Amino acid sequence: MAFTFPFSAIVAQDEMKLALLISAIDQSIGGVLVFGDRGTGKSTTVRALAALLPPMEAVEKCPYGCAPDQPAGLCPSCQHLGEGETPKSHKVPVPVVDMPLGVTEDRVVGALDLERALTQGEKAFEPGLLARAHRGFLYIDEVNLLEDHLVDLLLDVAASGENVVEREGLSVRHPAKFVLIGSGNPEEGELRPQLLDRFGLSVEISTPEDLKTRVEVVRRRDEFEKDPEAFIARWQEHDAALRDKILAGRDLLPDVVVPDAALERAAQLCLSLGTDGLRGELTLIRAARALAAFDGDREVSDAHLKRVAPPALRHRLRRNPLDDAGSNVRVGRAIEELFGA
Amino acid sequence: MTESAALELTPWELASIAAGLFAVDPAGCGGVALKAHAGPVRDRWLELLRGLLPASAPLRRLPLHIADGRLLGGLDLAATLKAGRPIAERGLLAESDGGVVVAAMAERLTPATAGRMAAVMDTHEVRLERDGLGMRLPTRFGVVALDEGVAEEEQVPHVLSDRLAFHLDLIPVSTREVAPPLWTAEEVSAARQRLAAVETGDEILEALCGAAVSLGIASLRVPFLALRVARAAAALDGRDTVSQEDAALAGRLVLAPRATMLPAAEEDNEEPQEQEPPPPEDTPQEEQPEQEDQDPADMDKPLEDRVLEAAKASLPAGLLAQLKMGAGSRSRSSTPGKAGALQQGNRRGRPVGTRRGELRAGARLNVIETLRAAAPWQPLRRAHALAEDPEGSRRGPRVHVRRDDFRITRFKQRTETTTIFAVDASGSAALHRLAEAKGAVELLLADCYVRRDSVGMIAFRGQGAELLLPPTRSLVRAKRSLAALPGGGGTPLAAAIDAVRELAESVQRRGDSPVAVFLTDGRANIARDGATGRAKATEDALAAARELAGRGVKTILVDTSPRPQRSAQELARALEAQYLPLPHADAASLSSAVQTATG
Repeated sequence: MAFTFPFSAIVAQDEMKLALLISAIDQSIGGVLVFGDRGTGKSTTVRALAALLPPMEAVEKCPYGCAPDQPAGLCPSCQHLGEGETPKSHKVPVPVVDMPLGVTEDRVVGALDLERALTQGEKAFEPGLLARAHRGFLYIDEVNLLEDHLVDLLLDVAASGENVVEREGLSVRHPAKFVLIGSGNPEEGELRPQLLDRFGLSVEISTPEDLKTRVEVVRRRDEFEKDPEAFIARWQEHDAALRDKILAGRDLLPDVVVPDAALERAAQLCLSLGTDGLRGELTLIRAARALAAFDGDREVSDAHLKRVAPPALRHRLRRNPLDDAGSNVRVGRAIEELFGA
Repeated sequence: MTESAALELTPWELASIAAGLFAVDPAGCGGVALKAHAGPVRDRWLELLRGLLPASAPLRRLPLHIADGRLLGGLDLAATLKAGRPIAERGLLAESDGGVVVAAMAERLTPATAGRMAAVMDTHEVRLERDGLGMRLPTRFGVVALDEGVAEEEQVPHVLSDRLAFHLDLIPVSTREVAPPLWTAEEVSAARQRLAAVETGDEILEALCGAAVSLGIASLRVPFLALRVARAAAALDGRDTVSQEDAALAGRLVLAPRATMLPAAEEDNEEPQEQEPPPPEDTPQEEQPEQEDQDPADMDKPLEDRVLEAAKASLPAGLLAQLKMGAGSRSRSSTPGKAGALQQGNRRGRPVGTRRGELRAGARLNVIETLRAAAPWQPLRRAHALAEDPEGSRRGPRVHVRRDDFRITRFKQRTETTTIFAVDASGSAALHRLAEAKGAVELLLADCYVRRDSVGMIAFRGQGAELLLPPTRSLVRAKRSLAALPGGGGTPLAAAIDAVRELAESVQRRGDSPVAVFLTDGRANIARDGATGRAKATEDALAAARELAGRGVKTILVDTSPRPQRSAQELARALEAQYLPLPHADAASLSSAVQTATG
């Protein structure tokens, strides 16, 4: 049995952890992009998130893990349920699906079930990674190296929330709503702007510089490797507290008020940065609201906006290839101007 | 500092120690990146390792182009077809549980395969999600990555090498130096028993982390691996606590080969080096006021010093010079943008029909075509099966598929273009030209997400040509490398063309198509041998140009002089290049000209 490193035991990398947590509270924020060097714990953190999330209710035997309380959605396997019929359901962990580099298109969208085609001569659809990620997270390591035709495919599915398969004589539609999490190393290539824009939050991480933190990272990793069970047990309480906080945040979310002042602030910030489109403002507000819910506050304040503005906006600045000022600096400057130092 | 005997180890002795430590804890140490030519020395080292591992431990060879099905496991298609029900096969990684995987020619390992191995090493299990099978197979193994790389760009994929504790170099070892192992299998086995009980003090941990920082090792995996190695060393020595010697040994074996900068005194050769204009006579520049303080406080820790000292003792002799040149930071990402793999043929890209074929590595079965191919034969085969086994055929598969029926989807992949700018940085117009070329590079890069092309840049001036920007797709990297550019001096056109040819050849070897763009007025005045003189220089340049043309590299010559020059036209003819007079070449028109030309 393999063990997952506990989320709460991850040292530093606060911005990444915060971004993941608030996107777990409000899925509509639209995913997280993590850019940084190798060996900074990107994959560890994302996998730890999977273990942290509270399990969800899903229809039994539904390959897409449909929610039982949702009226007949698109899912072909739940559609033939009669009116008012409640399907059997069970608790399943929230899916966090890894999309490996070099994955083939048929594995992503799903394809003809090879086994059944060959052994029984039947035409059946075998769901792919998108189906499994429904209602959960789709994690793409090295997202900037993803092949273009897969990027196109993801853009389409992420925007529409459903996966349409028309291949090999199959015609299938199924729901695929997921939070996209991407990670990569910017030195190895740029991300296509369309895909970049699709991510709600973007986080830049680096290895901790400070010796104490580094020692702590290595120490915890070592303890974990030596005796994973004991280590997980020791952090269980922390993880549970965090899980409760996520649940409480989700409950609180609909009640969080966004005052007009906050809306105005967000608009001003986006204007002064010249971000493209309205998506930036929308994400900024949603992220601030999720953060407020996570913190247990009923109203979005400047403090919330200030904390989420860098991850919500830094990848949306209109790029100027000849301008050397990093987007971090520009966002920081704008925040300072608007909110005062 | 203390010049203990332990510091004077031959490469073989080091490798032999590493083999012992690795054998104690294969999965914990991750593995060994073994740089060596195929030959007796490498074979002896592998034999030695084999001898130290438990007899029952599997030692599996991982062929270079292993199919995912064999690597991770999957559906055993032949058995499945025969049996008519799904039959799974375990992959090589799952089969290697408790043993060692030997990856041959690891420098040519695809990033995808390396990435999959890394994921399995991290989680200690194979998560199988293929062919309709869902399985989780626990496995713990060490990896020996055999690296036969010659050129600088041939390296074990970083994603894998970062997880291997030992980086050994057996190239300088001759067969005469090869000695029998330092430990017996029994000793190693006893150490393996003891390993779990070995304690590590905090000061050891801090020393290893500190030393890693001082050596410019960013990845946190490295001090962690060093810790495991120190622990294995203690166990092998029969102790229950990690001593300072163990830490020093770990520093030497794990940290030293990855150093990207020298500790303490010569702190300042970090990244800025790459952008720094090399001064005229190659005298190292001293002034670099930024970010070199902050260390002295940390430096008076005796243990950390010992670790550093041990690490420093085994730094290769040439490293100092290399680091000074900034090569250290360059090699860290010497394959920019390449990690996306350039596999061609039957894997990816746009499908262009099918062909009959075997289910080999990466081939994709086209099921519909396969079934279609099998369809006409069904009555015949059914009758045949019935004749052979009247009972069995009724229960057997409804569709009889034979190997001959397999149809493989063919893919066509557009080869990627690498544009190489060769910029004349000589004379008075140099600065303007360089700045515009830099702008063009950045514009091209900003525009090439969709095209997935990469751009490199060579500047030539004075005595030779210099690779300012190795082909990259990364805007971030380009900006960093091109921040400051040197200018002035003579025009060594021949050297520049040679440099372009070399780079173009390496691009071609990777399967990309190079496009060379020269920005010059074509008036050479430095010959190949570095002598001044216009006649000889022109002659050399034209010779070099014809050589480049012979390689079939697509070339554009942008004449940057105020009015079209005959010399440039002649050069363009020799290069068989497209000739573009652009007297006021600015970044925008340059990049659009290149785009139209390469379109």
